Order: sequence, then structure tokens, then C-alpha cells
Amino acid sequence: MREKTLQLLITFSSTVQAMSMEAQAHAAGLPGRLIPVPTAITAGCGLAYKAPLDSRAQLLELMAEAGLEPEQVVEMLL
Amino acid sequence: MIYLDHAATSMPKPPEVGQAMVEALGLGNAGRGAHGPALAGLRTAYQVRCQVAEFFQVPGGAGQVVFTAGATHALNQALVGLLSPGDHVVTTAAEHNSVLRPLYQLEQQGVELTIVPVDQLGRISYEEMERVVTPRTKAVVCTHASNVTGNVTDLSWVSRLCQQHGVLLVVDGAQSGGHLPLSMENMGIDVLCLPGHKGLLGPQGIGLLCVRPGVTLRPLLVGGSGIQSFSHTHPTALPDGLEAGTRNTPGIAGLGAALAWLQGQGPERLWAQTQERLRQLYEGLRAIPGVTIYGDWSTFHRAPVLAMNLEGWEAAQLSDVLYEEYGVATRPGAHCAPLMHLALGTGEAGAVRMSVGHATTFQEVADTIAAVAQLAQEG
Repeated sequence: MREKTLQLLITFSSTVQAMSMEAQAHAAGLPGRLIPVPTAITAGCGLAYKAPLDSRAQLLELMAEAGLEPEQVVEMLL
Repeated sequence: MIYLDHAATSMPKPPEVGQAMVEALGLGNAGRGAHGPALAGLRTAYQVRCQVAEFFQVPGGAGQVVFTAGATHALNQALVGLLSPGDHVVTTAAEHNSVLRPLYQLEQQGVELTIVPVDQLGRISYEEMERVVTPRTKAVVCTHASNVTGNVTDLSWVSRLCQQHGVLLVVDGAQSGGHLPLSMENMGIDVLCLPGHKGLLGPQGIGLLCVRPGVTLRPLLVGGSGIQSFSHTHPTALPDGLEAGTRNTPGIAGLGAALAWLQGQGPERLWAQTQERLRQLYEGLRAIPGVTIYGDWSTFHRAPVLAMNLEGWEAAQLSDVLYEEYGVATRPGAHCAPLMHLALGTGEAGAVRMSVGHATTFQEVADTIAAVAQLAQEG
């Protein structure tokens, strides 16, 4: 069984929000990538942005500046 | 061939359009999974939504840009999604059947329909519109520019009227998108419907529905969404909520390449170029005895179409001879705009429509004028 680590997961109500998140995070040099939403989470658009826990503050700040509203921000063993 | 049917579909497309479409065949299904090809498809769609949002100044940005199969699909989605039995809707006699037929169908279902007339020059009666739009009206649906006369609707005026009464403004931009300045933000448009393959120079089979935040449309199509599969209802968040099924990713990519080309060339420069050819066509044809040109030509702020008839010639016959003997491609008939033709007095025979594009040359227009002049002498 692969060992799981705690990760930050951000979900969105639409694919456009998810795409915008990916574009802006990568443009800002922040870590993370889009993954299929794990079954345990009820999420809108089917995509979640997965990133290391220590990037949480920077990612949320970037989202606030960009006007991106997360559907959920959770920490999860993945 | 001299192609004067850009109002039906533009050609040639920039070479980048075809290239982008071919490359898009290697993309995955946007919104279905999160593997590389699927995300690449989604990124393409997102990028083109951003381009559209910027080009038409869509309030709310990329998330309010919905891809459709064309302007007809977009208009059907807008009207069927917005109107319910008991609602009052106002439209004009300048409309294409892609507006009129959905509204006639809705009228059968209990929507109250009022059609504002146009005069013999195809000009919308704003006085009548002011009289019939009331606070109980749900929406005004009108074209930005007539596909027959090229007359431009004063959308700023219509928008002010709508705002006074709390009425939504739905605009058919089929003949103006890519040809004339068109801003949802500046013009106060609530829903904008566009084809990708006319003035925007994209491929056929792709269209746009741009929706102001706060305007809710019931989906015309429901089905596969890639998410919430156990729900009996389709997701509602835009744009996914109005894009059931697999998107036309090659069409989207082609449209994106076309928009990039337009932006690179400078839309204002292309508009000016097209208007110059239209002016040349108008001046040349109106000097020919027996030619009747329809519409209000007191201004050249208009869509690049010209509807005409030649004395002694039936429209279909004239169009056929122009193509067969002179290689000039035009469009005869009623142009899916029956109420406009009734107002113009052209009847069921309609007229010959000539529509220029940015690639139309001075010589092509000169040759067309010479062809009509020769046929006028025959007549």
C-alpha cells in the first residue's frame, strides 16, 4: 500500500475557476496541480488543486487577490 | 471566384484556424478526468473563454462564456432558458428566424410576444419599442445589425430603455461580431449570442453565449457533465451548466486561433478596410440604372452587407447568373428574415445579398459592379 501524506486540497464550483487557479498559481511560481476530486469530497467541478500544506497561506492569498472563491479548502491524506 | 457571401460564412479563414483545429484532434475530452490530454483540452477551452471575454468585454469574465454549436443554438438556449408561460417578450421585425422561430414556439406555450415594426428602410421603430416595453416585460431580444440591410440597432438606446424598466437585453450579434465594436459592458447587454464562423473568422459549428452574472438560464440540453453523476439534475454553475455533452474542442481551438489572428491584425483596421469595400460597392451599384438597394444608408456604421435587386431580374436568377457567368458568389432569397423583407417590399422573391469581408479586394468589388452594370444593360 502506498504511504499517504497530508495534502492541501482546494475545490471549485466550475472548471473555469479550476483552470484560472492553475494558471495563476503556476504563473506565480507556486506549487501544486489539478487532480480528480477524491470521492470523500463533494465538489462541484470534478477537479481539485492539490498542493503541499505549507503553501496554504500563499495560495489562499493569491486566490483572494484574483477573486477566486474556493468551494472547499481541506487537508486530506492522499 | 469573387466571394461576396461573408454574411453566410466568412472565407478564407486565417491558416492558423485550420492548424489549431488539427492540433486539437490530439486533445482529450475537456472536463472528463484530470489526466494530461483531458486537462490540455480544458486549458484550451479556458484560454479561448478568456479571449472571448476580453474581446466582447463580458461582465464576470471567462466563466460567463458558454460554447454552443452556433448562434442559433445560443439564441435558442437564451430564449428557451429565460422565458416561461406568462412572460412578456419584445423583439423586432429586423430579426432572423433564429430569433423569431424560438419566440413563435414560445408564444405557442404561453409567452406573450410583441414585435416592434421596421419601416421601408428597415429602421426599427424606437417610438413603438418605447411604448411596448414596460416593467412587466421580461426581455427585449434584438439584433445588433440586420442580416439583410446591415442597419445597426442603437443598442445603447435599447439598453437604457431596458434598464429603466428592469428588463433584460438579449442581443443577436450574428452580423456584427468581429465587424463592429461590440461590448457587453459598455452597451449594457445581458445576454450576447454569436456565431464563431462569420465575422470572427472561426470554423462552422462553434458559437458563443455570453451571460451577465445574475442572469439565470434553464439548460436547453442536459446530460453528461463529467461530475455529480448520481444527481438526477444537471449541474448549474456556468459555463459547465450550459455545456452538456462533449464540447467541440477543435471548433473552440479554431475560434481561439481566429480571435488571436483578429487581435494581431487589429480589429479596428480590419473594420475600416471592410467598410471601405462596402462603401465602394454601394457607390458603384447605386449609380447603375435599375438597381434598388435596401436599407438606411445615411451612415456607414453598419454591418458589411448590401441587399439589392435589379430591374427585370428575379433575385435567384440574378444571383445564379452572377456566379455562373462572372464567378461572383452572392446569396438570393429571404435570408431567413421574413418580416424584414415584408417591410422592404421585396416579398417572397427577396433580394440579392452581397456581403464583403476584410479580404475582399478593390478589384473584386469593381468587377462585381461591372458585372451588374452589364446585366443591367441586358435587362
